[in-house]
Parts: sequence; structure tokens; C-alpha cells
Amino acid sequence: MSDVTEIIKKQINQSGKKREVLLPILQSIVERDHYLSSESLLQVAKSLDISAADVYGTASFYSFLETNKKLGKYVIRVCKTIVCDMQGKREIIEAIENCLDIRIGETTRNNKFSLLYTNCLGWCHKGPVMLINNEVYTELTPDKVRRIINAYKQNKQEEL
Amino acid sequence: MLTINIDNVPVKVEEGTTILEAAQKIGIEIPTLCHHDDLCIAGNCRVCVVEEKGKNTLTASCATPVIEGMKILTHSAKVQTSRKHIVELLLSEHDEKCTKCYKNGNCELQDLASKYTVGDYLFMDLCEGKEYKIDDSSPAIQFDPSKCVKCQRCVRTCSEIQGVNVITVAEKGKDMHIQTFMGLPLNNVPCTNCGQCVNHCPTGALTERMYYDEIWEAMGDDSKHVIVNTAPSVRVALGEMLGYPTGTRVTGKMAAALRQIGADSVLDTDFTADLTIIEEGHELLQRLKKALVDKEDVSLPMITSCSPGWIKYIEHMFPYQLAHLSTCKSPQQMFGALAKTYYAEKMHLDPKDIVSVSIMPCSAKKFEANRPEMHSSGYQDIDAGLTTRELGHMIKQSGINFLDLEPQPFDSLMGESSGAGVIFGATGGVMEAALRTAYEVVTGRQVPFDNLEILPVRGTDGIKEASIKIEGSLPEWNFLEGVELKVAVSHGLKNARIIMKQIEAGESPYHFIEIMACPGGCIGGGGQPIPTNAEIRKKRIESIYEEDRNMTLRKSHENSEVKKIYDDFLKEPLGEKSHKLLHTSYTKRNKF
Repeated sequence: MSDVTEIIKKQINQSGKKREVLLPILQSIVERDHYLSSESLLQVAKSLDISAADVYGTASFYSFLETNKKLGKYVIRVCKTIVCDMQGKREIIEAIENCLDIRIGETTRNNKFSLLYTNCLGWCHKGPVMLINNEVYTELTPDKVRRIINAYKQNKQEEL
Repeated sequence: MLTINIDNVPVKVEEGTTILEAAQKIGIEIPTLCHHDDLCIAGNCRVCVVEEKGKNTLTASCATPVIEGMKILTHSAKVQTSRKHIVELLLSEHDEKCTKCYKNGNCELQDLASKYTVGDYLFMDLCEGKEYKIDDSSPAIQFDPSKCVKCQRCVRTCSEIQGVNVITVAEKGKDMHIQTFMGLPLNNVPCTNCGQCVNHCPTGALTERMYYDEIWEAMGDDSKHVIVNTAPSVRVALGEMLGYPTGTRVTGKMAAALRQIGADSVLDTDFTADLTIIEEGHELLQRLKKALVDKEDVSLPMITSCSPGWIKYIEHMFPYQLAHLSTCKSPQQMFGALAKTYYAEKMHLDPKDIVSVSIMPCSAKKFEANRPEMHSSGYQDIDAGLTTRELGHMIKQSGINFLDLEPQPFDSLMGESSGAGVIFGATGGVMEAALRTAYEVVTGRQVPFDNLEILPVRGTDGIKEASIKIEGSLPEWNFLEGVELKVAVSHGLKNARIIMKQIEAGESPYHFIEIMACPGGCIGGGGQPIPTNAEIRKKRIESIYEEDRNMTLRKSHENSEVKKIYDDFLKEPLGEKSHKLLHTSYTKRNKF
């Protein structure tokens, strides 16, 4: 699972062994593993012959490149900024927390869901909003949130 | 040329000049913090803001090139207020226990605060309640994140000057901080301990590990015999901390001060520098003989091994090229090994009572002294390696009036040195010293340069090359007749990497290479007084060559104490005893 050789090789074959492939490699690893382990980061550094600290510095700059802990299959990110806050973000968070039995920052025991905050997603006119992996969900209410999460629980998110 | 107007003074400058540089040109001082002459422009601290007429917002003068007709005000009321706020914001994230800080009195942030911060604090103290962990895992360098103002000078130093990149900017915004890979302790990453980050840090966040308290204790203990050796580059820099202009040589005063603060014997690392030349010179000739006559497979080019930052660098970054290193220990470690054997024997001392201290321009020397293999006397050969800064600090603590101190000579037995030993402190110096001796050993004549000054290896170019054709060699060395000895000199680890890549590819044209970890060589070492910059390095280098010029003894092999140690103790260069005491081996380390 943590062997990232294939991913690195693919990117290097595509675009060459240069600094610019660092981000695409990190993104591909996160897509597959849901986080960047220190082993993965080290392997990237070795393959590109750049310092491990540089790789770590780059990865830790981006919120969506998780370096701290393994996240769930579905990462829920609720907008924490002021407009969504005024439109009821607190209730949305509570609904998700109750629905999944985790607090913000945690991952469910079955590794399916993680709940995080995010900065503005640019949907202020349709707040409160959240992101599940790459999908945006707008004009949320506690009810709507429960429906969405249940669909994901049953792997029927396409029906949403 | 562009003309701009700064504080109503017109100034003509080249296109591409920054506002800061233009102001400096006409003697107008703009304060800076994240800016350092050695490093690229960062523009992140904002301390250097100035007002540009016709613009609403202030401009960072270090990062803004001039535009024709610009009108700049460097200390208008608006600028003053902003600067004060900027400094206060920096202070709000800085643990201001100045009275407890090693950098107290030599801190750029403190200077700014004393200039701009008056009255009450406007901003919240962000340090309060935060838990900071000091990283003192390394024997050489310590990092206190509570004093870090995130100017990133250390990160730029590690990357731009050294190409080592063990410290990085992690995360962003309010969480942004400086750390190693995954926050690993400094002794667990490929840090070379060169201390350039320490020398470039404007605050007390990065410092060397201090050991002088233990030395005070040893000096006060009658049962201990404290023997001090001082590196060549210390004598041209120490004065800066004690009231002298940059580049003043304080050799005699330094010896006197050391004696006065309690050293039982004040000796010279230059003595073992001369010894290094004898051993290393013979090692080079032996390798050349093996390659040319015996057709043996030996590693050429041979590379110098005096700089412990460089040694740790090659061990990490080029672990399969270690055979290129000379097996000679550095002068510090040769000194240590002899202090507790030869010196102890001659002075009728029990080596266990000797405390051997070296004063070095270097933080990597602390790591080197602690290497497990550096126990060839049966004891830890060097008990402590102090930096120039630590010695300056000790002299200040002692209350000695350094300016009025009468100069004194070094003590005898391992105190005599030649000009060749002195120039070890500047980039190219080891090479020049080695050539002065090796050429004479081979030909019986002086090296064919005016007044022994081998100018091609001097100067501050990152990589220097020279070649000497060997003609009229003595019968014993006739295999070298007509050989053009090719040498190279590099300083700053970024340049070392270029040299090593060439060796790795099998394309190195050289026989002998000198590599120093720090820019300018030891005179620009990580343990030298702060600030150090290109201009200061130049002055220290000039001063070191002047010391050499003024000496009557200028070749290592003419040092009478060196001759005596071979007659009485070591017997011959590369002999059995030399091998045991003066040579070492290296360790492959992890690159990541």
C-alpha cells in the first residue's frame, strides 16, 4: 500500500525527472492513499533527488495534501469562514458529528469518513457549503446533510 | 542609469537596483531583518518599508527595483508608525526573554525593538501558553522555535549557500514555521553542523551549543591541566567582538587573554595545521606514486579533510566517494590526539588530568570532537570545541580589558607555527600550504611563485583551479618529472556538490582538491562573530594573508617543533604512530 514507486515512475515517465513533477506525484499519492506517509515523502525525495525537507515543506503547505495522519476514504470539509458561519455552519457540523459519531478533525473507525474544516470554497451565495472529496454540496440544512451522508454510507452517492 | 529621489536627495543608479541599495549608496540607512547580503531577496519581514510618493501603500525597499523618477521617503511619520507596528507584530510572536538569551546584545530584533518600539505593547502576546520544544539533539547546533521570527534566513542559507536543505518552511499562514523533515531532531537529518544558519540567524533562535560553563569549571580546578589550541581564523575575527575594527589581528592579545582567564597552556592549532600538511602532502605523493609507478588502483583526486562540515556532507551526500578523502584528521583532532599523548609525556602529565579545549570558527568542530573514533589517545581527544563567539563571550565575562592587554606569545611544545599553518583559515590556504611543502619535497626548490604566494588559489571565487608543472624533480621523485599537477579549491557546500558530481561522473581532471564547508573558508565559519558577510570575509582573508607575509617561517616543513615531533615521537610521516594518532576513517551516512 505504501509503496509509491509505481506512481512516481509513471509521473517521471510522463514529464521527466524534474522539480515540476513533485506536486502531481504528491497529488496522485494522496488520491490513492488518502495521505502522505513519511515513507512516501522520503521515497519521493529519493526518486527526484531533492531534499526530504523540501518535499515535506511543499506538501505541508497545501491543506489538501495531508501529511499528519491517514484520512478516510471520503474527506468532508465544511467551510469555516464567516459567511457560512452566519448561515448556520454550526448546525451542519453538529449534524455530521452526530451522524458519523466523530468530532471535527477525526476519522471514523472504519476509515470511511474524515471531518475537517476548510477555508472559503467560493460558494458564499449558497452557504453553508461542504466538500466531500471533490464534490461540492451547497445550501445545506441538517436534514440535507444527513441524507447526503447516508447516501455515501450506502455507496449510493451517485443518486444524490 | 535611472535617477530617483530618496529623502529629497537625488541618486543615480543602474536599472535593477533596489530602493534599499540605492539608499545605501547615499548613506541613508533603512532597517532590515529578513534581508542578508549573502542571500536572495525574501521581502517577508516588511521592516524595510518606505513611502513612495503617489502610492497609498508602503513598499518593501529590499524587494522593489527603482523606477525612473521615484520619490521615496524613508522615515516619514507614516513609515515610522508602520515600522513600529511591524516590529511589534514580530515581537508578539517572539519569546522576549532577552535577559536570558545568549544573543542578548547581539540581536537584530532587539536592536530594532530598541529603535522603534516605545511605550505599551499594542498586540497580543502570541507566545503565551504555547508550548515550544527546544531542539538540542545535536552536539553542535540548537534551535529554539520560540525565538524564531520566520524570516527564513536559515532556510535560504541552508539551500542557497550550502545546498543541503535540511530546514524548510512548513505549513502556511499562522501555522507557518521552520522545521526539518517531519520535525525530526537535528541530529537525525543530514545536517552538516556547519552553523551557517546560526551565523545568519538574526535572533537567538539558532545558536551553537554552548560548553563554556564546563570550561570555566575546569579552569578553576587545580587538578586539571587546561590546554587550549586556537584555530588560525579565530585571531582575525575575535577582535570584532571586543572593540576592534573588522579584520584586526589579535593573535597576541588572544593568547594573553586565554592565559589570564585560566588556561594552563595556550597553544596553536596552526602547529597541527603544519603537521597536517606534512602528513597530507606525503599522502598525496604516496597516492600519486601508487597511481603512476605501481599502477595500483588508488582514489584520485585526493580531497582535504580539515573541514568537519564538509566531512559530514560527503558522508551523507556522497557516501560511495569517501575513498577520495585524505585519511588525515583535521588539525583540531590531530592536536587533541597529541595533547594527551606526546604533550602529556613531555610535560609529565597524566592524560586523564588534561582538559583539551579548542577555539574554533566552527560549530561542526563540536560534532567532530564527539565522534566515537576520536579517542585515539585513549581518552576523548578534544574535550570541548568552543566557537570564536564563545571565547569572545568568556573574555567579556572575565572582565578583561582586551583593548589594553599586552600581547603574549603562544606557549612552547605545539605552539610554533608557520605562515602556511596560518593561511589554513582562508579558502585556498590548505592548498597553498600543501603546495609550498609538496613542491619542495619533490624538487628541492621553492614553489615557483613570487614570495611563495600562490595567487591562483586565493580569492573568493566559488571554485578555483590551478596547475603546477613539476620540473627538475629529485631522483626519488623522478616519476613526477614533467607532470602537471592539477588542483582545485572550493568553498561553500553548494560548490562542493559541483566538484563531487564531476568526480562521481569520472570526469574530474584534478589530482588534489581542497574543500571547505563555509563561504570564504574558516574565516567565514559558522562559529565566527555575527555579522559575517562578503565584505567582512574579505577583510578577514586579507588579514590572514598579512599574518603569513609578516612571518619569517612560512613553510610547514620548516617548523622546528614539527621537525622535533617527528624526531622524538612520530618518527616519520605516514608511519605507524602517525597512522594511529593522526589518521582516521569515515562513515557512510544516510542521504535523506
